Amino acid sequence: MYEGVVQNLIDELGRLPGVGPKSAQRIAFHLLAADVDDVRRLVSALTEVKEKVRFCATCGNVAEDELCRICLDQRRDPSILCVVEEPKDVVAIERTREYRGRYHVLGGAISPIEGVGPDELRVRELMSRLADGTVTELILATDPNLEGEATATYLARMVASLGLRVTRLASGLPVGGDLEYADEVTLGRAFEGRRSLDV
Amino acid sequence: MISGRTVRGRRAWCAGVPASGDNGRVSLYRDEGIVLRTQKLGEADRIVTLLTRGHGRVRAVAKGVRRTSSRFGARLEPFMHVDIQLATGRTLDVVTQAETIAPYGMSITDDYGRYTAATAILETAERLTAEEGEPTVQHYLLLVGALRTLAEGAHEPGLVLDAYLLRGLSVAGFAPSFSDCARCDAEGPHRLFSVQAGGIVCRSCRPSGTVAPAPDTVALLGALLTGDWDVADASEPRARREASGITAAFLQWHLERGLRSLTLVER
Repeated sequence: MYEGVVQNLIDELGRLPGVGPKSAQRIAFHLLAADVDDVRRLVSALTEVKEKVRFCATCGNVAEDELCRICLDQRRDPSILCVVEEPKDVVAIERTREYRGRYHVLGGAISPIEGVGPDELRVRELMSRLADGTVTELILATDPNLEGEATATYLARMVASLGLRVTRLASGLPVGGDLEYADEVTLGRAFEGRRSLDV
Repeated sequence: MISGRTVRGRRAWCAGVPASGDNGRVSLYRDEGIVLRTQKLGEADRIVTLLTRGHGRVRAVAKGVRRTSSRFGARLEPFMHVDIQLATGRTLDVVTQAETIAPYGMSITDDYGRYTAATAILETAERLTAEEGEPTVQHYLLLVGALRTLAEGAHEPGLVLDAYLLRGLSVAGFAPSFSDCARCDAEGPHRLFSVQAGGIVCRSCRPSGTVAPAPDTVALLGALLTGDWDVADASEPRARREASGITAAFLQWHLERGLRSLTLVER
């Protein structure tokens, strides 16, 4: 147990995800030993992120203005909308450089056991975005776990009457994995979604 | 079959259990169970809560399960019926191997009504088996049966849920009575229902706060408790609505607080 401000710093660092008491102590002493300019840069980065970053009014992604970078980009195809759970999923999809449409961030997945239903997510905002008829394809890119699948099922049913093309990201074998170690559900999905090879 | 993963399994034993040089002292056990809940832990792990046949409710760490390269894959998702091997840990056990017995999750999530009903079933199972490590074979079998019925889609999900709730409460020692008086055993049929009295009551035993459900509703509740699916399937929507309200009130009375997932069940 340290005294005063050092212990305060350790306690605050210990509240971060994945940082235990020992790690918090290590980071605190690293900061004590670090150059004062480095620490100031970290402090201003933390302050700025809380002051400047908010959620995009259209898609719910993190943004520094009213709208995010993707919603402002006129080159993005407005007829394709990809629905994801979290802003970090947008980054993951952007890294592929395969997708040129727009996004809608739900803010989570339907999980009744955690008390999260459709009303707690940005489903209403999604329905109003779809209402003007600009979007012709809806890609459901929720996580391939049970909550994600159930959320996709729910959304597919909600938009069924709108006449959109609704697609779900493919599930299957990870690239670089062994077939032998694939579980039955994943292997079953891989068979369901198999494609022909045009040689 | 579990033995196909001997090499990887051994590596995992070393991670979870101190090497003793004598396999007899390594505290491993094997059981079958249903995954009730998963919680994220650290970078790529999960804490998995299972209801097992032989060891009751168990909480265990599944290491690396959130990575796409995980050897457990989708086996440790809620609703999965698995054959599992665990290493006893100091606070939480560690999952070392898992094989699927039945992947109920796939067909349950394909239908939103089934999914919400199945989630309420899992939450109830967790709440009714309060003690970790206490075997509750009857409840385990009831849970497996309920999930199988939901996955097969043989009956309306709301009916399967109510049947499970009533029978689960019976197994836990809170069996409601839907024919004879719950207080004086006077032979039925009676018209009044009291949550605190434990079911149908006669006029002379009537406590305050009783309701008078329709005879069809009482017949449906009795059918759900005994598993008379012919009567349950033929019931009217009005009787189903009233029966689910009574079941929810009965459950809340005995659990002392409501289920979060019950309010989101799509009926």
